[in-house]
Amino acid sequence: MSATTADRISSFYQTSIGKKVVMAATGVILFGFLVGHLLGNVQIFAGADKFNAYAEFLHNTPSLLWGTRIVLLLSLFGHVTAVVQLYRARAEARPVQYKVKRNRGATLASRLMLVSGVAVFAFIIFHLLHFTTGTVHGDFKPDDPAHNLISAFTIPTVALAYVVAMGLVAMHLYHGLWSFTQSLGVSHPRYTGRIKASAMLVSVALCAAFASIPILILAHYVK
Amino acid sequence: MRTFSLTLHVWRQKNTKDPGGFVAYKVPEVSEHMSFLEMLDVVNEGLIVKGDDPIAFDHDCREGICGTCGFMINGDAHGPHRGTTVCQLHMRHFQDGEELWLEPWRAAAFPVMKDLVVDRGAFDRIIAAGGFISAPTGSAPDGNAILVPKPASDRAMDAAACIGCGACVAMCPNSAAALFTGAKIAHLNLLPQGQPEAAARVVAMVGQMETEGFGHCTSTGQCEAVCPKEIPIEVIARMNWDFIKASADKREAKSRGD
Repeated sequence: MSATTADRISSFYQTSIGKKVVMAATGVILFGFLVGHLLGNVQIFAGADKFNAYAEFLHNTPSLLWGTRIVLLLSLFGHVTAVVQLYRARAEARPVQYKVKRNRGATLASRLMLVSGVAVFAFIIFHLLHFTTGTVHGDFKPDDPAHNLISAFTIPTVALAYVVAMGLVAMHLYHGLWSFTQSLGVSHPRYTGRIKASAMLVSVALCAAFASIPILILAHYVK
Repeated sequence: MRTFSLTLHVWRQKNTKDPGGFVAYKVPEVSEHMSFLEMLDVVNEGLIVKGDDPIAFDHDCREGICGTCGFMINGDAHGPHRGTTVCQLHMRHFQDGEELWLEPWRAAAFPVMKDLVVDRGAFDRIIAAGGFISAPTGSAPDGNAILVPKPASDRAMDAAACIGCGACVAMCPNSAAALFTGAKIAHLNLLPQGQPEAAARVVAMVGQMETEGFGHCTSTGQCEAVCPKEIPIEVIARMNWDFIKASADKREAKSRGD
């Protein structure tokens, strides 16, 4: 009897390495979306009309909008499912904790992946309720995304919350963007250092660019 | 010769079923030239004289090459000195009046037998699953009959330096055995002698690692930081690659037609 493809995929996913591969692949997709999302968002700097025109283009292209949403939802589902399964097994792997435990050589970002991950997940839900459905937005106009954006970020606490969230995203991205190569089996003394440096550069630059939107709106730079 | 005093908080546990707990010991005269285990020998002599049960800890060669010893000292596997097993850790690295917490490796896969001694049979079972090569025994093979490129031999040797002490599992926040298993796979899969069984090896050893109940790797790098043989986490990436490839490549043997 030869094993079916389903059997093979299932026994691969049963292992922690298989789950890490799923986390790496879905993480890369989610990162790819962040790049596209940033390119959309920064159009606010070209004026409210340009920003609203981009939003209108997305809503008039349902294949693109819903295609992206479905891929993202599936990726997020895969990412979260794998991590929940991994951390359940992790809890069983050390039933008695250390009285004293030191950290040797692990970055803050790597040790706080679960914390930053949960925080980013909560932020995503808030963000959708804020700008997509407008549920938690005080002055939401469905046909005027630029207005929604600017009116939200003229409130200092909201702008600050988004900047803090971007800091957490940057931390999560930094560790994810280099360790996914480790999960997929790419490591070389010549390149791993460069991969880490690039991950740092990309995660900080990306999140600084995102954070510039609430900061510049709060500073009345964008009206 | 500098001598100083220490306070030890040692995990004492009678057997696997005993919940265990810390017991404090004052060590008045520690010589800076003692190894950590020699210091414990002195403590144990005192305990034996008093009729108490001595502190149980694993040890064998005391040269840092057998992989038998190891426990946590203030949350560091094998103590604070890099690239050293606890038997080769000297007391000169400690200060007068220091308080040290000694704990066994903590992982479900490493049950505590007594005090600081854990059962590392899980590692033996991972090796038994595929950490070997099949070779005809009998007359010795001709020297250099199988060519091994120098870079491959160097990398295989670096991985083969693993003494299986378990510090990687103990230090890992997820209790993962990825560094150990990765090292044992890399050591053979980098060499021509390991090739015929390379794919089957990685699948079997990873499968056993999962069965033993170790956690997953999150690439924090704490294992390589405490590894007494300084094995790099590159071997984990190699294991992942070999495992992904072997899982995708796997083919059923063709049956010959009648």
